[in-house]
Amino acid sequence: MLIKQLSVFIENKQGRMEEVTQVLKDHNINIASFSLADTSEYGMLRMIVSDPEEGKRVLKKEGFSAQLTDVIAVKIPQMPGTLHEVLKVMFDGNISIEYMYTLATAGRDTSIVMKVSDFNTALEVLKKHGYEVCTAHDAYEINNLNNK
Amino acid sequence: MIWNETKECMSRDEIHNMQGARLRKTVSHAYHNVEFYRKKMQALGLEPGDIKGLEDLNKLPFTTKQDLRDNYPFGLFAVPQSQVVRVHASSGTTGKATVVGYTRRDIEIWQECVTRVLAMTGIGVHDNIQVAYGYGLFTGGLGLHYGAENLGATVIPMSTGNTKRLITMMEDFKATAIACTPSYLLHIAETLEEEGKLDKVNLKVAICGAEPWTENMRKEIEGKLNLRAYDIYGLSEILGPGVAADCDAHKGLHVYEDHFIPEIINPDTLEPCKDGEVGELVFTTITKEALPLFRYRTKDLTSITYDPCECGRTLARISRFKGRSDDMLIIRGVNVFPSQVEAALLEIGETSPHYILIVDRINNLDVLEIQVEVEERFFSDEIKSLERLTKKISNLLQAALGLAVKVKLVEPKTIARSQGKASRVIDRRKLI
Repeated sequence: MLIKQLSVFIENKQGRMEEVTQVLKDHNINIASFSLADTSEYGMLRMIVSDPEEGKRVLKKEGFSAQLTDVIAVKIPQMPGTLHEVLKVMFDGNISIEYMYTLATAGRDTSIVMKVSDFNTALEVLKKHGYEVCTAHDAYEINNLNNK
Repeated sequence: MIWNETKECMSRDEIHNMQGARLRKTVSHAYHNVEFYRKKMQALGLEPGDIKGLEDLNKLPFTTKQDLRDNYPFGLFAVPQSQVVRVHASSGTTGKATVVGYTRRDIEIWQECVTRVLAMTGIGVHDNIQVAYGYGLFTGGLGLHYGAENLGATVIPMSTGNTKRLITMMEDFKATAIACTPSYLLHIAETLEEEGKLDKVNLKVAICGAEPWTENMRKEIEGKLNLRAYDIYGLSEILGPGVAADCDAHKGLHVYEDHFIPEIINPDTLEPCKDGEVGELVFTTITKEALPLFRYRTKDLTSITYDPCECGRTLARISRFKGRSDDMLIIRGVNVFPSQVEAALLEIGETSPHYILIVDRINNLDVLEIQVEVEERFFSDEIKSLERLTKKISNLLQAALGLAVKVKLVEPKTIARSQGKASRVIDRRKLI
């Protein structure tokens, strides 16, 4: 249920992002999804990859500040209003969302990656309202043509 | 104008004799009232009677900033608290400030020295002077204030921090003189230029100090503002501003030798340097009551000459400063020791993070940036946590240094590691 997101701190220097992706490429690690938060001085690259532990290890070896963070990915149908509904459910359940981004779209559903204030309560609330969350394995392997 | 002709134009013999007599008095005063000095002298087998004149000066022990720190706050005072009418404090090498004290007579001495400086620049009762050094624990603001007031000029106590207001008042109050750091003055000049106000102000004189500045900077200041710029030197341990200042000849700063005996020593061997040779400036106070100091090592590097000056003053002159013999920095007129930064950062965790301090001068204002590596223990993937960390470091440093510091988070291992003592400071300013 809890997915390990690979987070990397990147200084706003030209080429830094490219070096991250080069490292992952060299180790045959697929990026399922990512989001890049930027400030004036640095960026926080958040990624769902095919092998988060390995990804962290190799990035650290190359000198990057990389850590794993727990997130969840909730499935919602691809229709207008579905994002709003799930956010409302979280809000009513008193759960705050730190950030979110799309995992990937696979067929009729899309999955939203979220970092929340309280995972246990979040999972309960989502379950109560009939939402499915991705398993870690599913998230890491989503759309990974490398393995098919 | 020479404010005190008697004292500023004595013959070298008269100076010599006066210093000898005053030194004897000070040694006795310190020996009998300051345990630290008594013990030091006794350990050297010295009694006050052994110091008969200037020739015995080098028998006395040196005093360092560490001694003041070890005796924080009032351990070196030679008078009871009831006679101390003022204290000031400046940066210490780590957490503790360097504290100094003054009796009523000491304040008068200080005041008179600064008045001499101002008179030397040609300022008088018809002048309006903006004192734009910091008022408060630093000696800069109040030092210039008292001296200018004593002279009879109209004092406008600006302190630091609000350039817009300073310029408005410069214009509206028709200021004719200003006392501030040279870099701040250049910054003011640029601002006036940008706002098209250079012809609206009418400054005649600037009294610049609290940080090192080059002859080129002086020419730039004088050129831009059409005034005469003078160099004022001082340190709170000895007095505050007003220990020495340059005259119209601008060929060195006259030391007020009736109050302070200067020496130039080799900082490694502690032996005296020849006249004209660059070494560390050392002062012995010979009139101060609350905090008399023997052979205080300033860590400022300069040379001295006793040759007569074309201005008519016979007081010795020290040259423009050539640097420091320690790692202290002066940023916006504030003394900063790299070790203070280290001490402040230890409050983040058990060990301080890897960091580097970069000092630069942008638009004539000193800026201090600290780059801190995002180590594992600080890592968070939430921007708000990183911002909180940045703010925390910034606040810690502001509190420790009294200066605003820009904090920049950088990737780990991007800051060079060196063997042994890490060189944590890069000073990009070209000051000397």
